[in-house]
Amino acid sequence: MPFLVNQLPKGPYYGILAEFATPTDLYHACERVRDEGFTKWDAHTPFPVHGLEKAMGIRRSPLPWIVLVAGLSGAAGGFGLQWWVHASAYPLVISGKPYFSWPAFIPITFELGVLFAAFGAVLGMLALNRLPMHHHPLFRSKVFERVTDDAFFISIESWDPRFDPSATGKLLTSLGARSVELLESSE
Amino acid sequence: MAQTEAELLDNPVEGNPTLILRSPDFHSITEVVAEAVERPTPIGWWFFFIPAVALLGLLGVAVSWLFWEGIGIWGLNIPVGWAWDITNFVFWVGIGHAGTLISAILFLFRQKWRTSINRSAEAMTIFAVMCALLFPSIHVGRVWVMYWVFPIPNQMGVWPNFRSPLLWDVFAVSVYGTVSVLFWYVGLIPDLATMRDRAKTRVRKLVYGFFALGWRGSVRNWNHYESAYLVLAALATPLVLSVHSVVSMDFAVSLLPGWHTTIFPPYFVAGAIFSGFAMVVTLMVICRTAFRLEHIITLRHFDYMAKIMLVTGSMVGYAYSTEFFTSWYSGNPYEFFTFMNRALGPYAWAYWIMISCNVISPQIFWFKKARTSIPILFASSIVINIGMWFERFVIIVTSLHRDFLPSAWGYFRPTIWDVSCLLGSFGLFFTMFCLFVRFLPMVATSEVKTVLPQADPHGHAGAERESRHHHGRRLSPEPAPGSAS
Repeated sequence: MPFLVNQLPKGPYYGILAEFATPTDLYHACERVRDEGFTKWDAHTPFPVHGLEKAMGIRRSPLPWIVLVAGLSGAAGGFGLQWWVHASAYPLVISGKPYFSWPAFIPITFELGVLFAAFGAVLGMLALNRLPMHHHPLFRSKVFERVTDDAFFISIESWDPRFDPSATGKLLTSLGARSVELLESSE
Repeated sequence: MAQTEAELLDNPVEGNPTLILRSPDFHSITEVVAEAVERPTPIGWWFFFIPAVALLGLLGVAVSWLFWEGIGIWGLNIPVGWAWDITNFVFWVGIGHAGTLISAILFLFRQKWRTSINRSAEAMTIFAVMCALLFPSIHVGRVWVMYWVFPIPNQMGVWPNFRSPLLWDVFAVSVYGTVSVLFWYVGLIPDLATMRDRAKTRVRKLVYGFFALGWRGSVRNWNHYESAYLVLAALATPLVLSVHSVVSMDFAVSLLPGWHTTIFPPYFVAGAIFSGFAMVVTLMVICRTAFRLEHIITLRHFDYMAKIMLVTGSMVGYAYSTEFFTSWYSGNPYEFFTFMNRALGPYAWAYWIMISCNVISPQIFWFKKARTSIPILFASSIVINIGMWFERFVIIVTSLHRDFLPSAWGYFRPTIWDVSCLLGSFGLFFTMFCLFVRFLPMVATSEVKTVLPQADPHGHAGAERESRHHHGRRLSPEPAPGSAS
């Protein structure tokens, strides 16, 4: 398939975007781009393709550590709050139990641990992904609209040390890309 | 069509069972789900929505009158200080549990069939929790001091009692609601991006786009996203088990015969999953027919759900008999009296409705014909939910109405306002569900696509290239150390 530059960008390049027909094509193309030594690049799929992060050489997400810290803080804070309330701030004898009757504090400790961990998971995921980001040069591409439907892409950014508009485009075409386009930078 | 489906179910397939019929491509999945939201409002939708809103209005009237007049407008009395309000609460919070089971527990067990139904089941969870939270809130009577349940520093220097199961309940149910919303929203992000990218009008583009957060399907994002999803599933699993356990402790930690039993937490959780699956079946039968999703929500899905209802229904039946046995074996006359009174006393009619609906009716699911018959499934799901509502009524009211002294015996009769609040909560639930199916993709398309055979880069679609791999002629050498970004 020919290397299609549908329009020559006026400004500086954001990078190059190549569309692939199937997850299999994308998978093998990713392995190749990884092995070529590119670092500033990404693949885009409508659904998580199994094993693609390995084909791209992406490390495991550090998210579980964020969740662990958030969850433990929630649990510790919850337990501390109950302790402080019942043993210090507002000591009352209730059903003859000691002020610091810790077994009765476990359910709320658990619930607050889960609550904080869940917020840690969601906010941590968004932070690691740099989301929300409503503007991105990729959204300028018309074909890219199908990334949330049935199209599979590789994007290589122009500031990758190995990037070369012509050679990189030819590489992607040789890997079976259905179409290849150069994208203008945002500003 | 029905023939094909039946054949598919009859063939025990080695390897992966076909979960989605008619072998659609990726685009047709997007199309069928998104189109249901994008097309003009179908007439049929109004047939559900208008009655639902009418019932929601009834709820508004009932609750306003309740706030004005006090909880005396209900049939509550002493000794029956808890009745339909708490019955409805436990009923609704139980309904929610199937949604979390489908979205979290089946995810951890890698039950791929969940993908067709998890989105709507999670939505059901959220709306059920909304209905559930309503009842304890309004039953406190003086709703304007509801905030006393939260540990907020205040001018009175007073703090809530964290040792009380009722306060555990406040935390359990509100955390459950919050985590369910987070889990549901995270699952929605890729599909909201789909809606954004398909949007034809500016309003849609802006609204879906805003909530899609700029999602662009990046694999580097999917990596963190999948990790977050897995973690949320792992958190939601113990959470959902804790929620109904805590709900059961509202009863079990008290010293009342009929409530004070250690079997309550597992028994309540089984009952919750049982009623929740019944509600999922009710909703899915309507949705798959109304939105022509028969090839995505297949008879296989119903077959699996019916099996879960059979198992949990039988577990509930086992719990009923264990309770009875224990009350006799304990040698405690009050305990035994409570149970004899349940089965043979003034509320025997409610007890036997419960037994017939919850223990006897699901036994029909031993038969495959019943598990794959839509009319039988639909009818059973409604019967089961009636039974599960009665279960909570029986537990609450029969344990209360005959106090330790015969001079303190009473009988609870619902008033029109009890009935209005119950019907009104269904109005709230169905209004929310109607809005959900109208404005949001009701099937998780990004998840359904992953269970299609062509989604697997090593599957049949990739067989040719794979065979080259296995013969040692790899397209590329192993990654050089340090080439990973």
